[in-house]
Amino acid sequence: MDWLLHAGDDPVHKLLLMVFAIGLFVALMAVILFVVDRPRNPSRWFVGFGFTGIALLLLLAGLVYPAVRTIWTSFLFRNSGDFVGLDNYVRAFTEPKFLIVLGNTALWVLVAPIVATFLGLVYAYLVDRSRFEKFAKGLVFLPMAISMVGASIIWKFVYEFKPQGVDQTGLLNQFMVWIGGEPQQWLLHRPLNTFLIMVVFVWIQTGFAMTLLSASIKAIPTDIVEAARLDGLSGFGMFWRITIPSIRPALVVVLTTIAMTTLKTFDIVRTMTAGQFDTSIVALEFYDQGFRQNDAGMAAALAVLLFVIVVPVVVYNVRQQRKVEEIR
Amino acid sequence: MTSAAPTTESVRPTSGLGNRARKARKALSNPWASTLAVVIAVIWTVPTVGLLVTSFRPELDIRTSGWWTVFGSALQGEGVFSLQNYETALFGSSTNMIDFFVNSFVVTLPAVFIPITIALLAAYGFAWIDFKGRDVLFIAVFALQIVPIQITLVPLLSAYVSLGINGTFWTIWLSHSIFALPLAIFLLHNFMKEVPRSLVEAARVDGAGHVKIFFTVMMPLLTPAIAAFGIFQFLWVWNDLLVALVMGDLRTFPLTVRIAELAGSRGGDWHVLSAGAFISMVVPVIVFLALQRYFVRGMLAGAVKG
Repeated sequence: MDWLLHAGDDPVHKLLLMVFAIGLFVALMAVILFVVDRPRNPSRWFVGFGFTGIALLLLLAGLVYPAVRTIWTSFLFRNSGDFVGLDNYVRAFTEPKFLIVLGNTALWVLVAPIVATFLGLVYAYLVDRSRFEKFAKGLVFLPMAISMVGASIIWKFVYEFKPQGVDQTGLLNQFMVWIGGEPQQWLLHRPLNTFLIMVVFVWIQTGFAMTLLSASIKAIPTDIVEAARLDGLSGFGMFWRITIPSIRPALVVVLTTIAMTTLKTFDIVRTMTAGQFDTSIVALEFYDQGFRQNDAGMAAALAVLLFVIVVPVVVYNVRQQRKVEEIR
Repeated sequence: MTSAAPTTESVRPTSGLGNRARKARKALSNPWASTLAVVIAVIWTVPTVGLLVTSFRPELDIRTSGWWTVFGSALQGEGVFSLQNYETALFGSSTNMIDFFVNSFVVTLPAVFIPITIALLAAYGFAWIDFKGRDVLFIAVFALQIVPIQITLVPLLSAYVSLGINGTFWTIWLSHSIFALPLAIFLLHNFMKEVPRSLVEAARVDGAGHVKIFFTVMMPLLTPAIAAFGIFQFLWVWNDLLVALVMGDLRTFPLTVRIAELAGSRGGDWHVLSAGAFISMVVPVIVFLALQRYFVRGMLAGAVKG
């Protein structure tokens, strides 16, 4: 039994365990399908549950139940089980430390999606149907493949600081030196540090915005474009009066999707500053409270807060998504 | 951006291809527009190139000069590159990334395979089996996409502890599988709904049951959808930090956790960090480039998870 649970440090053991897990799963599936497929089984409900049952049970046990429990925990004091009502929420909205966290989160949700969408849109429009389109898109697209941790390290190196007089190794400070300024410790001061951390996120998400918006731009009927051209529209006028209105639903979907991602992302801030220098956001604070400060009540309250903020964004997103699909 | 010269347009032929080429020339003949495009492209490339170049430089050079100086030194014929950093990062006793590489691999494969299989079955059930309560259940699954995984983590972890499986790969596989399900079921359901009813009916007339229809009619048609979701889930799991950090321990941590740790504890050791970062990136980038087509298709179908 222990062999199946703990693989220790042995890589071969780990790989064998992986193969075993997949094999076990396949066998389980085979048994279920075999039982479901017995022809003497008339009940459609039985067959339906055979196909959907595992998923439903997993979701119930692994998503619904824990979520309900977290909501309950958010009314408790730390890990004690003592009911304290809304205390954790009150703390979240009154203590200066958490106010900064909430402020930063608001900043993130308002700024990052707009900047990423805007850049993605402009870039998609600019390279659309140019000779280098595929290559140009690939460059902006590629950051989506790498982890947020990796992207953070790439950018941390850009922000690297060496004292004045020494050769700079970070690109941004080298630029400062080149244009005659002084090198700075970029991540120390609010709110500049939050914006510079956001750059990493925007850098990743712009590729997403670009891809979706590019597809929408290409889907604009050519007769509309031609008619506008005959009316004398070109360049910026075309972009503003034809392109943007035509892809409005897609724009909203992209914006809200990125906003959702923004709310849940904690990797970047954690890797860049670990939330120091007043850069923390709700998703990171949740992790800190729950797994470092061991304040389960507070962590739960922050998670619920995250949930409450996400819901309207998701609802709006789904509605717009329907519109986009209708247009297609 | 309004300064696009209209004069170049009027003389071009209007065949389809000529038309496209003309538009292209127009777009990039605007100097502001092309400058902006180039600036964006540069900002999106140079930071990565910088770290990549750095990862091949000797430790001392990294500390004392900027990576952009290598091009000058290389022109003068100085040997400025080495693979030492990669050796240190992979096999050095204090970093031994090779172990974490194995972990990433072991974590990812089942965490992609299992949820997709479960979701395929469920999606088929919701799309083609007419059982009581189906619509309500499907809407419930769809709605679960709203739940941020943060809200589930603490109770899940304590459940794993009471089961005695905390800190094992099983918890990570299970967690990733659960979190993937709502989106996977929803997407695959949409794809399955698009399969023509006549195909399914024909198979049914031939005496095929649901299991047979699932394997012989659905699966072959769904390969692109599976590939699309598969690559998403692969990137999501391989690049994940949160689940790995919360559920795992030192023996299961994947590369992301290790590198995040190094960035915290040895933030100045850019020789290890740069090489380590690229070691963690190489697999997803290869998968991504190889399956880009499916990735884009999946993204347009709504396969995005926050």
